[in-house]
This record gives sequence, C-alpha cells and structure tokens, in this order.
Amino acid sequence: MSFQINKLYYGDYGESKNGAADISTNQTNTAEWPLWEVFIRSKQGLDHKHAGSLHAADAAMAIENARDVYTRRMEGVSLWVVESKHIHASNPDEAGSLYDPAHDKAYRHPTFYNLPEEVKYM
Amino acid sequence: MEQAFEQIFQDKIDREVRIEPKDWMPEKYRQTLIRQISQHAHSEIIGMLPEGNWITRAPSLRRKAILIAKVQDEAGHGLYLYSAAETLGISRDQMYDQLHTGKAKYSSIFNYPSLSWADMGVVGWLVDGAAIMNQVPLCRSSFGPYARAMVRVCKEESFHQRQGFEILYVLSKGTEAQRKMAQDAINRWWWPSLMMFGPKDDESPNTIQSMKWKIKRFSNDELRQKFVDVCAEQVKVLGFTLPDKDLKWNEERGHYDFGPINWDEFWQVVQGNGPCNKERLDARKKAWEEGAWVRDAALAYANKKAKQKQAAA
Amino acid sequence: MATMKNEIDFLLHLADNALIIGHRNSEWCGHGPILEQDIAITNIALDYIGQARNFYQHAAELINRHPIGIDITQTGNDIVLPATEDSLAYLRDVREFKNLLITEIPNGDWAHTTLRLFLLSEFEMQLFTHLLQHPDAQVAAIAEKSIKEVSYHVKWSQDWVLRLGDGTEESKQRMQAAIEAIWAYTGELFIQPEYATAACLNYAAIQDVWNKKVSAVFEEAGLNIPSKTFIQKGGAEGMHTEHLGYILAEMQYLQRAYPNSEW
Repeated sequence: MSFQINKLYYGDYGESKNGAADISTNQTNTAEWPLWEVFIRSKQGLDHKHAGSLHAADAAMAIENARDVYTRRMEGVSLWVVESKHIHASNPDEAGSLYDPAHDKAYRHPTFYNLPEEVKYM
Repeated sequence: MEQAFEQIFQDKIDREVRIEPKDWMPEKYRQTLIRQISQHAHSEIIGMLPEGNWITRAPSLRRKAILIAKVQDEAGHGLYLYSAAETLGISRDQMYDQLHTGKAKYSSIFNYPSLSWADMGVVGWLVDGAAIMNQVPLCRSSFGPYARAMVRVCKEESFHQRQGFEILYVLSKGTEAQRKMAQDAINRWWWPSLMMFGPKDDESPNTIQSMKWKIKRFSNDELRQKFVDVCAEQVKVLGFTLPDKDLKWNEERGHYDFGPINWDEFWQVVQGNGPCNKERLDARKKAWEEGAWVRDAALAYANKKAKQKQAAA
Repeated sequence: MATMKNEIDFLLHLADNALIIGHRNSEWCGHGPILEQDIAITNIALDYIGQARNFYQHAAELINRHPIGIDITQTGNDIVLPATEDSLAYLRDVREFKNLLITEIPNGDWAHTTLRLFLLSEFEMQLFTHLLQHPDAQVAAIAEKSIKEVSYHVKWSQDWVLRLGDGTEESKQRMQAAIEAIWAYTGELFIQPEYATAACLNYAAIQDVWNKKVSAVFEEAGLNIPSKTFIQKGGAEGMHTEHLGYILAEMQYLQRAYPNSEW
C-alpha cells in the first residue's frame, strides 16, 4: 500500500519533494549537543512528570535550560534531567514480538542493580 | 504482515488512540509528520524575527516586556516542536540543515515585513489568530508527542492573540496618526493571513489521507471561513475595516462571503520571492554559523570535565 | 531635600543600568547560538526590564511626591511631570541617563556578552545585598526581589565564562579578547556616585568581594586579568560613550515621533 502525498499539510507550508523526512535519519552528528529529557515536580508532594526534552552540553546546563524553557510560567518546584540515551522503554503492545525482546529491558540485566559491596556473587 | 500492521494502525487511529514514537507506523505517516512538525517548528523560529525586530523599539516598558516574553515563547514553541519531531528519528541539526539550505519551508506569512508598531498588534491578532485556528485541532493530532507539544503551545499562545488585540484597541482609541497606522497594518496583513490556511480545498486533492490519519482534522477552507467569520466581527469592535470590498454577511450560508485571494502572490512568496525571504533565512543562518564556535566550546568543555571526573573516580 | 534628590538620582542610576543592559541582552532574541540559550538570555533581558520598571516606578512616585525644588536633570531640562516609568525611560536624553558605561557598550560576540553579564551581575549581587539594609523599605524590597534573579544571572554567566575560557582554543582566545576589551569599564563599577549616599552602601567592600569572585573564576578558567588598569568612567554622571545615543534613538523613537500618545 503506498500513498501519494503532495498536500500542504499544515496551512501554507509549501510541500517540497525533498523535505526533511527524506534524508537519512540515522546519521549521528557529533557536534550536536546531546538530548535530555526533562521531568518537573509541579508542587511538593507530587511526582515528577515528563515535560519534554531539550539539548544541552552537560547536566548542569540541562538543568539551567530546563528552568528557562519549561518553567517560564513557574510550572515547577523541582527539576530532573536525564540524557535521553539513558532512557529505556518498554515495547509497544501489538508489535512486541517483532522487536528484539531483550533490547529495551535493562532491568533484566543483573548489572542494572547496584548492590552493596558486601553482597557478592548474587 | 505489513498490511496487517496497516490495519491495526488505522484501527487505532479510528478509535482515537494516540500513536507513540515506538509504535509501528507506515513510513509515509512518519515522513509526513516529520515534515509537518519540522516545518511548524521552523515557522516558530522564523516567526521570532518580524516581531523581534520591534523589541528594541517597543513604545513603553510594559509593551517591551510583553513583546520579549512573546517572542521568547515562540522560541519555546519551536523547541517543543523540534523535540516532538526528534522522537521520529531526525535530529534538530538535520532539520536546521533543511531549513538553511531552503529545502524545508516555513509559514510564508513571516516573509512579510513588519513596518510599524501597529504590525505588532496585527501580527498578534491576525497571524497568531490564524495560527491558533490551525493549531487547536492539532492538539488532538493522532501522533502523541505532536499533540502534547501542541497542548503546551496552545496554552501559552492564548495570551499572544490577546496582547495583539489590546495593542490595536489602544491604537483605535488613540490619535489620528495612530489610527492610520493601525488601519494600514490591517490592510497589509489581512490577505497574507488568509493565505496562512493554505490553498483551496479543491486544489488539495490529497487532503483525504491526512484527514484519515487524523494528522489534520479540518480542511483549509473550513478553517479559513471560520477565521474570516471571527475577524469580520472583531474588526467592528476596533472600529477599523478589513480591506475586502466583497466581505459581506451571507444569511443563507450563515457565513461571511469574502473576495478572491491572490494565489499568484502566495505562490511567489512560497517560492522564495516574498519581500523578506532572503533576510529571514540569512538571519537564521548567520545566528547558526556564528554560534558554531560557542556550541563547540561548550561540548569540548563538557567532555573535558567528564574525562576529569572519570580520571578522578 | 538633598537626600531626596540623591535617592531619586540613585534610583534612576539603578533603573538606567537595568534598562540599558536589558536592552542590549534583548538584542540577542532570535539570534542566539542555540535555541535553549536564546531563551536563556531573553529571560535575563526580561528580568532586567522588570527591575528597571520597579526602580523607575519608585523613582516616579518619589518625584511626583516631591516635585518642587527637585531638578533631577543634569542639563537643566525639567523632567516631564507627572513622572511615570515611561516618561523616565523614554523622555530623558543621553546626558540625563545615569547608567554605567559597561551596560551600553555593544554586545560583541557571545564571549563579550556573557563576560559583561558576569562582571556586572557579580557587582549587582553585592550592591543589592547592601541595599537590603536601605532605609527606604521599597528599595530594600526591590533589591530582595532582584537578588533572586541576579543570583541566577551570576551562575549562568559564570558557567559561560568557564566553558568558553576552558573550552576550545578559539573560545579561549575569544574570551580573553573579551576581557581585554571590557576590563577598562569595570573600574567604574566601584566609583561611588556622589548621589549614592545611603549609609548601607560600601563600595570598597563591594569591590573587595567582586575581586575575589572574579579572580577565582578567571583562575579556574585559565584566563588572565589585564595588567593595564586604566578606567573608563562617567556614565553614572551622564558622560557616556557614543553608543548610548543610538540605543536611545531606537528605544525612544515612537514616544518622540508621536508625542503624548498612549500605547
């Protein structure tokens, strides 16, 4: 099944045959600041909730950027940032069997758990 | 196999279940979204320029603060949208590259110049108004990250249109010179803002696919009509007029009739021949190129510090 | 009466500083090196415009309360009465502005901009801390609110001085060049304006802390403090660089071109 699409999708953006989607999306650009996920605690007593993502050179900058980008309207009392590459996700339901079943399940790996020094050979 | 997935996918869409980045999706759906979201993001970023142009000239400290906050919001909106596109497997740098090389488009409205302070009012009232009309349905877009980004955008956007209308309202109560300034701005921006909704439906044969995927929920003409109806009433409050001699309430349709849009002009601007296409793109490229050493330095510093930390551990 | 004139002049000095540096930082909006930092510096510009408004509003209140016998201008032009935050920002000319020169020099590159902000906000941090003891409760309250913002400006700009100073070869050179260019304007920070008569102010102490903080950051970043110590000064007394005239021409254009209008 193939679709022919040459519509102006959102309002007046001109459609162009070689738009953003047509380039390879797997190349890595080493000059780009890493991507971070931002979590905000909106008030004391609540969980941190995912707010979005941003780019920053390091964790300190990510926190600062998160403050500037995601709390401009005083949305939070506490911020967490984690580099996006460290987020492991579960697989979506119906296509699960198609994915490498172990790939996104870091918790199955024993090294995922930091045990105290005394507990050896577990 | 592929077809079965296609079925499941469409079924989810039909049941209003949001698609998330890791779900299976047709390649064309992914591409369509990347294109639409990135172009939307580019529009926010380019859209900072015609208004940013007036930050240093805003006529009162209150207006200055509001305008700075507004333009900054647009940077934030661009950022939310780039982030949403990034979940589909494209980097922001790649999207920038598309913008800077002219491959990606952005909303043509920003290729018009902002010539007077009244333009800040009209951009808020008409341009943001048209954008909101386009954007509110996108909060229910089938793609989760896009829909969530749009919820955030729309929440923040609401003050933008109000501040624009307020600027015009104050001008409308002002001196003759101010009223003239405002009417002139309305005259210049009215038609381009109608073009923001895109070509007429009968010249957009493939809207169906996009509607079926619930990326888009209303047709260009539906939204445009809604916009005209709203503005034709609001302009009366201001005591100004819209520059269209054919604008007339049609009792039968329950809508305002309006005159023909100059699509030649529209296509000229889309193709790069608008009054400010070159300036806008040059300004973005300049900022990006002159910022390269800054970005490199921050990364070099971060790597240096990470290594030092590692060595110390 | 002399005390009141001094306080008004001092408030205008603080307000002008905030307005002009806010204006300079706002020039980056839409042109920053990366989106996140564009937003950050715009936030800082917004903080400064907010501070300027607080100081102008208080100055205007004092001026309106004591309009007689107060010639607060250097050129003999009377201030437009009743004074408002906007009449003070938009209807005074170059010689009446009392901002420090460091706030009005052009932005230059990202190194110049972040360094200037670092040097200025370390100063403001100390100055505002002293102002917490100001006998006018309103001044103390504005200082308290501003300190929250300034402490973030210090952190943000200091991080950039470190990053650029210790980043790449190019960034180090640019940061050092920025220091050479801006250093001459730092001496003025510690010259107590004659209207800064509040007893809570101790400029020698401010300078002392400032020196320590700035040297520590420069040392960590491997940057050098210039040996030449010539001081460019005069801003606080209305003697400016040529740059301020252009800032005001742009900023005040609508108020000047369409007098007596509401916006």
